[in-house]
Amino acid sequence: MPALSGKLVSNCAMETEAFHLCAYLEASASRFPRRFAVFDPDGTALTYEELNQRANRVAGFLVSQGVRPGDRVALVVPKTTVAYTALFGIMKARAAYVPIDWTGPIERARSIITSCQTRVVFADPKLQGLNGAADVLVPLDAVAWDAILDCDPLEIEPAERRPDDLAYILYTSGSSGIPKGVMTTQSNATGYLDWCDDLFAASEQDRFGNHAPFHFAMSIVDMFLPIKHGGSVHLVPEELGKNPRELASFIANHRLTVWYSTPAILGLLAEFGNLSRVDCSSLRLVLFAGEAFPIKKLRQIMELWPAPAYYNLWGSTETNACTYKLIPKPIPADRAEPYPIGRSGSRCSTMVLNDDAQPVTPGEEGLLYISGPSVFKGYWGRETVFLERDGVKWHNTGDVVKEREGEGLVYVGRRDRMVKRRGFRIELGEVERGLYQHPSITEAAAIALPDSESGMRIIAYLVAPREPRPSIVEMKAFCNQHLPAFMNPDVFLFAEALPRTRSNKVDYQTLIRRSQAEEDQKVPRSAFGIGGGSSE
Amino acid sequence: MKEDLRQFILSEFLPGEKPSNLRDDTPLRTSGVLDSVATLRLVSFIEERYGIEVQPHEASVENFDSIQSIVSFINGKKASAS
Repeated sequence: MPALSGKLVSNCAMETEAFHLCAYLEASASRFPRRFAVFDPDGTALTYEELNQRANRVAGFLVSQGVRPGDRVALVVPKTTVAYTALFGIMKARAAYVPIDWTGPIERARSIITSCQTRVVFADPKLQGLNGAADVLVPLDAVAWDAILDCDPLEIEPAERRPDDLAYILYTSGSSGIPKGVMTTQSNATGYLDWCDDLFAASEQDRFGNHAPFHFAMSIVDMFLPIKHGGSVHLVPEELGKNPRELASFIANHRLTVWYSTPAILGLLAEFGNLSRVDCSSLRLVLFAGEAFPIKKLRQIMELWPAPAYYNLWGSTETNACTYKLIPKPIPADRAEPYPIGRSGSRCSTMVLNDDAQPVTPGEEGLLYISGPSVFKGYWGRETVFLERDGVKWHNTGDVVKEREGEGLVYVGRRDRMVKRRGFRIELGEVERGLYQHPSITEAAAIALPDSESGMRIIAYLVAPREPRPSIVEMKAFCNQHLPAFMNPDVFLFAEALPRTRSNKVDYQTLIRRSQAEEDQKVPRSAFGIGGGSSE
Repeated sequence: MKEDLRQFILSEFLPGEKPSNLRDDTPLRTSGVLDSVATLRLVSFIEERYGIEVQPHEASVENFDSIQSIVSFINGKKASAS
């Protein structure tokens, strides 16, 4: 980085290219070369200088493989400092990183790779079934990594970077059953981080836990905000992330100052983390998003961790978090319902419109629209409709909200078939598409019901006329092969036929009523049940 | 013990399933019958029912992949405790 090797780096570089995530890294590498930037759970760490130099070599490797600005590069690898270095290398080559759940079904990974035509795929060496999906498949073992780090570094002139360069494409559940890619530019990402910074005032003393997987929009703040300030990122890999007891020790041992996860994970930490015996007093901020936090669980964690400030954040992959609510301390004793999604962040705006795209009267329900620098560029390969108003681009989140005086925006629900479960966004159509792949299944319908213990239960109604019909064990295992784990239904019910409306569509309302009635009759489930869930 | 575990897994995670479809050697973790949250609940049940403490690293895929392996794990814990 010639422009960044001198002393006069930070101010001018930060001002002229603050729109690029790699500029954060380069400025911090120059200011704090010996500080640690990123940690693996075992304590292995890279300094800013190491991270920056290695990322330059990854970029050099990618260019040698024909990657050009605007290309896509997929990462189907466990969360490690290697993967983290690679994604900076991808962005330094002015390509977009496409993170894919390496623990999920390989068909899904393959369909994402072919959908956005990634030129290079970095894959876990154990994964089978990605051959031919992209021009270059790199099984990322130690030998391959060493070879990549022997490549000549790419020295890109910062002036060549554009705010509109794609930074990453995150794939999220699609209503047609096919995942859809949310294209986010460098200025979308940095614009989002700017408002987070206004609120959270990060510094080089901060140590951020990174719990969310890289393919989850929640990861953006903890992967990049500390880098802007010379703080550190502490990666929580998949298995550790699901284990509340080990997670609590991780937070204590790494002396984390900022924690961001779904309420489900915080609920598990409160219940199983032995928090009264683990010193997590270094935490100054606890952020949560992805679903409503049941007040009883929120109280529980706030009693165990009294010191930090707690924020509820709200948003979507398309906008990232854009509203927030600071949770009062202590929570008033008479508070029974979850805290609302609150007010818009400093650099974004919200409006609530009715179905005719006209403003509702305050207090009336309507659809939540978001504008601001973090609003995404569009869906990969699909027409994307934004609302234009007075020259401003607005994204319709599809979330139904209402304004409540003194509290800000309150989430009401959705009119489509998208649900949140354990913080993950699920289109029930995608669950059905997975079910239909089973050769015995002739009809499938998925519904979701709120559940006091696990938040949300997915119930699959199936028609399988041929005998013997598949067992529930078999369906569970089949879904595990064909759907991400968080989409696997909780209940499978077989029926002779599905109820239909007069226009011969599946009558979901009848199915929901039927399931609700059955749930209401049931005796409460085992006393061993736990609330929350985990982010998987 | 086997039947207790079978009953718990059936009622909690496989509602509606015939007991004969959950065999002693049916894969649980590797097949996706038990996800990580389900495993936590099963571990809580086992700790309470059999008076043992399961360490985080012991709730592994190997130890919890079938009713059979869970039973040998519990018996091993009990033997080493006594």
